[in-house]
Parts: sequence; C-alpha cells; structure tokens
Amino acid sequence: MQLEAKDVGFRYENGPWLFRGINVTIEPGEIVGLTGPSGCGKTSFCKVLAGYEKPVEGSIAIHGSSLLKNVYHPVQLVFQHPEKAVNPRWKMLKTLREGGPLDQELLESLGIERKWLTRWPNELSGGELQRFCVARALGSGTHFLIADEMTTMLDAITQAQIWHVVLEMAKKRGMGILVVSHEAKLVQRLCHRIIDFHHMNGRRS
Amino acid sequence: MSILEVEDLSISFKQYTGGLKQKHHHVITDLTVTLEAGEILAVVGASGSGKSLLAHAILGILPSNAGMSGTIKYAGDELTAARQRAVRGKEIVLVPQSVNYLDPLMRVGAQVRTSVKQGDAIRAQRKVFQRYHLKSDVENMYPFQLSGGMARRTLLSTAMVSEANVIIADEPTPGMDPAVIVEALHHFRELADNGCAVMLITHDIESALKIADKIAVFYAGTTVEVAPVDDFFGNGEALRHPYSKALWRALPQNDFIPIRGSQPDPSALPSGCLFAPRCEKATLECGQARPEMRNLRNGMVRCIHAT
Ligand SMILES: Nc1ncnc2c1ncn2[C@@H]1O[C@H](COP(=O)(O)OP(=O)(O)OP(=O)(O)O)[C@@H](O)[C@H]1O
Ligand code: SF4
Ligand SMILES: [Mg+2]
Repeated sequence: MQLEAKDVGFRYENGPWLFRGINVTIEPGEIVGLTGPSGCGKTSFCKVLAGYEKPVEGSIAIHGSSLLKNVYHPVQLVFQHPEKAVNPRWKMLKTLREGGPLDQELLESLGIERKWLTRWPNELSGGELQRFCVARALGSGTHFLIADEMTTMLDAITQAQIWHVVLEMAKKRGMGILVVSHEAKLVQRLCHRIIDFHHMNGRRS
Repeated sequence: MSILEVEDLSISFKQYTGGLKQKHHHVITDLTVTLEAGEILAVVGASGSGKSLLAHAILGILPSNAGMSGTIKYAGDELTAARQRAVRGKEIVLVPQSVNYLDPLMRVGAQVRTSVKQGDAIRAQRKVFQRYHLKSDVENMYPFQLSGGMARRTLLSTAMVSEANVIIADEPTPGMDPAVIVEALHHFRELADNGCAVMLITHDIESALKIADKIAVFYAGTTVEVAPVDDFFGNGEALRHPYSKALWRALPQNDFIPIRGSQPDPSALPSGCLFAPRCEKATLECGQARPEMRNLRNGMVRCIHAT
C-alpha cells in the first residue's frame, strides 16, 4: 500500500495557486521529511493528502486506487496546534473515541494519564493535549501518518518518547510517515529521505 | 532590585471527586524565579510543568478555580490583583502560547495597533509586520485567514510594539521559518538591551542558548535548576540537576534517547524530591524531604546530590 500524490495542485476558491504539479510517493514504512518556508503551502498539502481538502488538480491515490468515502481515513493528520484540532465542548474521552476503540497500551506509551480523560481541553497543557491528538491519529486503520509540526510544542524528552512510539508502530504496521518540521535536526534524525516542497512546487508565479 | 520576583509560588486546582470529596492538584510548588531588567531568562522544561500557568499567574489571568499562594513582586512592590489589571498589556505583556487568544472578530492589523501606546500606531504596526515578513495585505485579514506561523507572528508583533518593561513570551516561535525565528530572537535581545526584562518560555533550547542570559529548567511545577547558558554543551556534564542533563541529552542533535516515565501526578506528589521516581541517582535520603534550592557553581539547583 502506497500513498501517492500525482500532479497535485491546490488553491482556496478563486485565490492564487498555492502549489501545482506536486508529485510525492510514500511507501509503507517509509519516513519522509518535508521542509520548506512557512506559508509555502505545506500545511494545505498535508490537508489534501489526508482528505480534509480535495485537490483542485491532480489526484491522491492510496493502494493504487482512489479513496473510499465514509470509512475511517487511512491517512491521518496531526497538526501543530492541538487546541485547534479538538472540539472544546467535548471531554477528552469523547475526542479520543473519534480514532476508534481505546488502545490502553498506546495511551500508556504516550504518557496519557487516565484522569485526563475526564477533563476539558482547556484544562490540559499544550503538550498534554497534543498527546491525545497523536493517540487519536494512531487508530488501527491508519496506514499513513502526516505529522505537521507534531512535536514542536513538546519538551525534548516527551518529543523523543512520542517519536519512539510512533517509529516503532511504523515498523510494526508498515505505516508510512510524512514529517513536516522546521527543526532540521529532528528531520535528519527521523527520516529516510527529505524533500523540499519549495523546489518541487511548479507554481512558479 | 529585580524587576519581577516570584517567591514560593504554589498553584493548585480543586477537583470534586464525587460527593463533597475534593482533591487538590498541585501544579506549581514552591516556585521561585526572578527577572532582571536588561536580561533574558529562558524557561525550558517538561510540558505540563507549569510554565504557562506561571505566566498566567504573573499576568493575573489564572482560571477562577485555581488557588494560589506565595508572592509576586513587580518593581519592588507586591503585584496585587488591582495592580495586575493596571499593568497588564501595558507594563507587563504576554505573548500567549495558544493562538486562540487572537480576537476572531477583529482584523489583525487593528489588534496590533491597540497595543501601541504612543506615536503613529499604523506606522508602528506596519513596521513590525515588515520585520516579521508579514505581507501588507495581512493587516486586513481576520485570524481564521492566517496560517499557524502567521498567527504566531501576529501575537508576537502585539507584544513587540508595546514598549513594556516585562515581556513574557510563551512559546513564541514554533512553526515559524528559521529566518523569522532569528529575527524574533534578535528583536528580544534588542528589547532586553534597551532595558526590558524578557521571560522566554520555549522548548527550543538551541535558540534560547543563542540569546538568553540564564536558563531556568522546570519540572513538575518547580524550578530544578537555573544555569548560565554556557553550561549547556557536550553531554550536559556542566549541568547541575539530573533532569536538566536528561532533557539536554534527549534533544535530536544529542542522543535522542528519552528517560522513562513521566512527571508525578499533581494530586499525589512524592513527599521528597519530585524527580526521585525517575532519577538514577536517587538515594533513600532523596525521598525524605523536598530539596531546597541552593547556590552551586554560579547557578542554582534543587538536588541534594548535585556537585
Ligand atoms: N484549568 C485547569 N484545571 C486543572 N489542571 C490544569 C488547568 N490548567 C492547567 N492544568 C494543569 O497544570 C499543569 C501545568 O500546565 P501548564 O499549561 O502551565 O504547562 P506548561 O509547562 O505550559 O506545558 P506545555 O509546555 O505543554 O505548554 C498541567 O499538568 C495541566 O494539566
Ligand atoms: S535530590 Fe536525589 S532524587 Fe532528586 S534529583 Fe537529586 S539525586 Fe535525584
Ligand atoms: Mg505551556
């Protein structure tokens, strides 16, 4: 199972093209870094890959075929800002359940405390909240993880802990990962190969 | 005299656990920290260790169910609730960690202008946007139209134009380009060199080392170490506290190997050293009493065995 972006171009409504002609393929178990300046459309590209937005041109294919609707999306996205990724009116348990049945072992390895499950999002620190977003994204149906600045808000020990969990899962399940980060040292440490979004972008305005 | 002195600060949350039983979550315990005019203090440490709550306590914006003890002094006098209201956003400003603090109904240019106290507000706002590589059409946008990095640059701009005496920046740089980060860091240094006191809360230790004077390391709601920046090198051999060393070694550019476990539960803190459950160097004595903060080699540490 492969995740493939073919000649993908995207813009919001009638706005300018954010990018065009993007070709990226991620193999199962492969960890790919994506770098590029802020505002160059990396996050929008992540949203297209994970099915939050439709490509305006080109296509996203997984498994060699197009994506099915209304099933658990095999491409899961974790953003930089956890406070924007959770419903403020839901307690954490409900938010977690969006990712499927609870996996106690996973929660433990991510350092999620039981009692956090009954809290509201604004009663957790930024880093605590982000662990929930990671847990929610690692449901058993996830084949690809798009990590958009996923651990930027975490301390180095927690960052290393979470990446070790995610990397192990990538190996075990053959999960592919796209790591988007400004932290060059982290990208170098994690990725098999690194692509530069800016150079790939055929928009050339 | 220090411009800002936080002494023996403790913060706890009450939580009702069925019936009339309540539990206290001790999220900050006996925290002491000072800011000097003209200096940058970087605050690093565990996520969930109380860094943002410290910032909120100084600004007087803790949630209403939080209990607080200890004292906070500003310019020598106690920072009472009334004084906090008077200086907030003027003499003491916060760059909040959450981008949800932007007013969703106000164009971002106008938001930044409201914090300019004297002179031409429009000019000041445009100048700071230029400095942070925000294009001229951004000022007319609403927060929902901004990317994550743009929202952070807007929050930062608001503090930078304020001419405050104390700036508390809570994770101001994540998601920004390296070039913009460098610009922001220079800007903090410039403000400090002009007499401002800056508290820079960050997980980006490498950036902090470039501009800060001192680094305070937080764990489980207290300061475990205050060290001059020069002590962060190599394997962390010059650092004083076992947690600081572990944090340094876990960086991707160092070993990237985490120590096991997590911070203690704030409703059941260990009676001795808060780091003891995870500390390789722990002895029986460590479990008996909370180590006091003490001076050591031109810095401070809260560990009885540190040398
Ligand atoms: N309203 C609240 N009610 C109960 N507990 C809270 C509340 N707000 C924060 N906490 C707890 O207080 C502790 C400190 O939170 P704080 O946001 O200050 O952490 P932080 O050091 O800023 O972390 P990060 O680096 O992840 O932003 C956390 O354990 C958090 O769960
Ligand atoms: S006091 Fe003891 S347990 Fe605490 S950090 Fe020092 S050696 Fe470790
Ligand atoms: Mg915080």
